[in-house]
Order: sequence, then C-alpha cells, then structure tokens
Amino acid sequence: MRKYPGILKTASSVLALAGSLVLLPAPGLALAEEAKPSVAEQGKSIAFNRKQGNCLACHQIAGGKLEGNIGPPLVAMKARFPDKAKLRAQIWDSTKANSNSIMPPFGRHQILSESDIDKIVEFIYTL
Amino acid sequence: MKKLLVIAATLGLMSAASLAVQASPQQDLKEFRAYFADRFPDVPFNDYVNGVYSIDQASREQWEAIEEFPPYELNIDKGKKLFNTPFKNGKTYASCFRNDGIGIKQDYPYFDTASGKVVTLEGAINDCRTKNGEKPLKWKKGAMADISAYMAYTSRGNKINVKVPGDEGAQAAYQRGKNHFYAKRGQLNMSCADCHQWNAGNRVRADLLSPALGHTSHFPVYRSKWGGLGTLHRRYGGCNKQVRSKPYKAQSDEYKSLEYFHTYMSNGLVLNGPGARK
Ligand code: HEC
Ligand code: HEC
Repeated sequence: MRKYPGILKTASSVLALAGSLVLLPAPGLALAEEAKPSVAEQGKSIAFNRKQGNCLACHQIAGGKLEGNIGPPLVAMKARFPDKAKLRAQIWDSTKANSNSIMPPFGRHQILSESDIDKIVEFIYTL
Repeated sequence: MKKLLVIAATLGLMSAASLAVQASPQQDLKEFRAYFADRFPDVPFNDYVNGVYSIDQASREQWEAIEEFPPYELNIDKGKKLFNTPFKNGKTYASCFRNDGIGIKQDYPYFDTASGKVVTLEGAINDCRTKNGEKPLKWKKGAMADISAYMAYTSRGNKINVKVPGDEGAQAAYQRGKNHFYAKRGQLNMSCADCHQWNAGNRVRADLLSPALGHTSHFPVYRSKWGGLGTLHRRYGGCNKQVRSKPYKAQSDEYKSLEYFHTYMSNGLVLNGPGARK
C-alpha cells in the first residue's frame, strides 16, 4: 500500500531544494572488512537504527534513505557547532534550546545511553 | 493547571496561533482553523475531510481509485444488518436514537449534562445494548466498528456539529481533551499537535503527516495496515504508542475528552466516513 514512487519523487525534490545531491545514499558501508568499526561508524549505525536514534525519521543525513523533513538536514555540523559540547547538549535534550521541540530528548528521557550519545556525536561531527 | 500554563506559554513563543490560556472553545476553533488556512493556503476548507490526501496530490489519485471500490463496503453491509437485527427483547438499535439512528453522527460526541459525561457514538451503541439486556461489544473493531461505519455512512454529507455548552463539566472535558492534544507525552516526548499541527505536511520518514483539521470526519477507517476497520480510539492508541506512551483504554474518559476536543475542531466539515487509509 505504500506509495513509494510518489514519495521518492518528493524526497528527491526536497534533496534538490537542499541543493546538495551529494547527500544521496553513499554506495554501501564498507563494514565488510573485519576491522572493528570506528566510533563514528558505530555512531552512524545507532543514529540510523529505527529502534535507536532513528534520526532519519526527521533529518536528512548523508547515506540515509527515506528520510523525513521535520528537522533541518544535518550538514556542516562542525561549522554549525564549533563547540562539540553544544552539539551533544542538543541531542541530549533538544528542549533546552527550544522548549517545544519535537525532537526527542535522547539523554534526558534515557532513549539512548550516554555512550551511545557520545558515539552519535562523533558521527554527526563528521557530517 | 500550572503545567498547562507553562505549555501554553511555550507554545505561544513558538507559533502565531498561540493558545490563549483559558481561551473559549469558539476562540480555539477560530485560531485552529486560521492556523491551517495559513499553513495550506491552497487547500479549500472542505477538502480537509480527506485527511492526508487533502495535502498530498501524489498519493491522492491512488487513494481515489481505492475509494471507487471501497474495502469497507462489506463492513457497511454487515453494520446495517446488525443495526436492523432485533435484540432478544425484540427492540432494535433504532429505538435508542433520535431519527431511528439514521443520519445523526454529526451530533457526536456530545456532553450529557445528566451523567456529566461525554457521549461518543460507540458509547451510545453499547449503552443501547446494555439497556436492552445485551452484552456490550468490544470497542475498537469488529461488530462495533461495522455498526459505527453504517451509522457514519447514513450521515455522509451532514456537517459536524459538536456543541460545548457553558456547563462546567462540558468545559472541563473539552479542556482535558485539548490538554491531551497539546501535551507532550511518552518517552519520545511528542504531542498530537507536534505531528498533526506544527508539522502537518512534513514527513516523518516516508509518512506525510496529516492535518488534525478534518481528522475525525471519516472514522471509522479501513486501514490496510490493520487489514480491517478500526474506530477513532483504536487510532488514538496507535498514535500514543508510536511515541512510546502507554495508550489509554478505548472509550476511557481521557479518549472521550480527546475526541470531544478533536471533533469540535472540525465543526462545519462534512462527514464522509467510513474512509480508507493505508
Ligand atoms: C521527531 C523529529 C526529530 C528526531 C527523531 C530527531 N530530530 Fe534532531 N531536530 C529536529 C528538529 C525539529 C530540529 C530543529 C530544532 C528544534 O526544533 O529543536 C532538530 C535539530 C537538530 C540539530 C541541530 C541542527 C542545527 O543545525 O541547529 C541536531 C544536531 C540534531 N537535531 C540531531 C539529531 C540527532 C543526532 C538525532 C537522532 C539521534 C535527531 N536529531 C533526531 C527533529 C528531530
Ligand atoms: C510521531 C508523530 C505522531 C504523533 C505524535 C501522533 N501521530 Fe497521529 N499519525 C501519525 C502518522 C504518521 C499517521 C498516518 C498518516 C496521517 O494520516 O497523518 C497518523 C494518523 C493519525 C490519524 C488518522 C488520520 C486519518 O485521516 O485517518 C489520526 C486521527 C491521528 N493520527 C490522531 C493523532 C492524535 C489524536 C495524536 C495524539 C494522541 C497523534 N495522532 C499523535 C503520526 C503521529
């Protein structure tokens, strides 16, 4: 019953709007090698997992698919957050900056563990 | 109350359509409508009865094709048969309702001053049964949804006309429903308004969020996800669960109050239930 073609159409026009087609899904994660995934890579899988961060529900993130558009695309994070602690604080409790934020307070409501949040921060900081 | 004030104040910061504290239902209605008129200037008021399809041209055509051979047709037939089948005492549902129960859904829910409670259509159906010595039906699907669908069907084209009288109990029920709609809940900390007002038209993953205006016009709804028909309170439970909040029971005072507020906000729109959704 899902209407993927229509959705894909809107998704790609949104991408075009964002002016960065570079954001289209990167060709496969190179996790096949037996090397332990880096902290940022672990963060990415927590961020993308629907049962964990599920950040793609609301944010466009490089490498993501079927992303929502409730929040801003996560790009140029170092420039947006020169202070990494501020980025972590946004993820830990988005309602500090915007008390009516729809973004779940991942730390305050214990949706994710402190170490999972640390890993996500490392990943988001690479964007 | 304090909490309500805080919520209202923060919403005020967020949006021009702020919730004035203690605003009258009439005032709320005006602001609610103005909010959507402003957010979707191209959507005619009467089109909100089509839910998400009022704002999504791409999926609307496929939906219209589905509505030509509606998956709920059998349910209407079953509901009609049940509705007309006499109870053991010989009476029928018709005996419990104004106009024999035909074309009356627009009056529901209403506040009954005698009992001090909100009366929903499903509540009245079960009341009718127990009054006549029959066992109540389960609330969320099955025979209840079928009967409700038939009654909705006979009411198609009638304008939603929910009243919130000055009565203290009615005002309290309305405020309780309004609070449910705007209060953040669950581990994910989201309100109904977060998705169906402030972010209506945005996508959560691949799902476009429908405007709350018009939400109640087409219930009960046949959902392919459910593989059948479900009542409005079934949907409430699902949307509460999505944010990891414990759902209330169908036909609890909480959901009846929510339905009261939620339906009042769609006053003046035409009933077009039952509907089909994905
Ligand atoms: C339900 C929607 C939703 C989810 C899920 C969500 N966010 Fe957000 N996010 C938002 C919104 C909306 C904003 C804009 C600011 C605000 O309203 O709080 C935002 C803002 C942000 C910002 C600040 C962006 C900037 O440029 O200022 C970051 C960083 C962020 N989110 C990261 C994340 C991460 C990481 C996750 C997952 C672990 C996540 N978000 C999950 C909705 C969401
Ligand atoms: C996390 C986002 C989210 C929250 C919070 C949420 N919903 Fe929903 N709701 C959805 C999605 C997604 C759908 C399916 C698409 C649509 O019709 O909007 C939906 C559908 C519905 C529908 C069916 C609409 C139709 O036309 O058949 C109703 C009614 C509804 N929600 C009411 C509520 C109420 C009341 C609340 C609060 C108790 C609520 N929702 C909270 C996401 C949400």
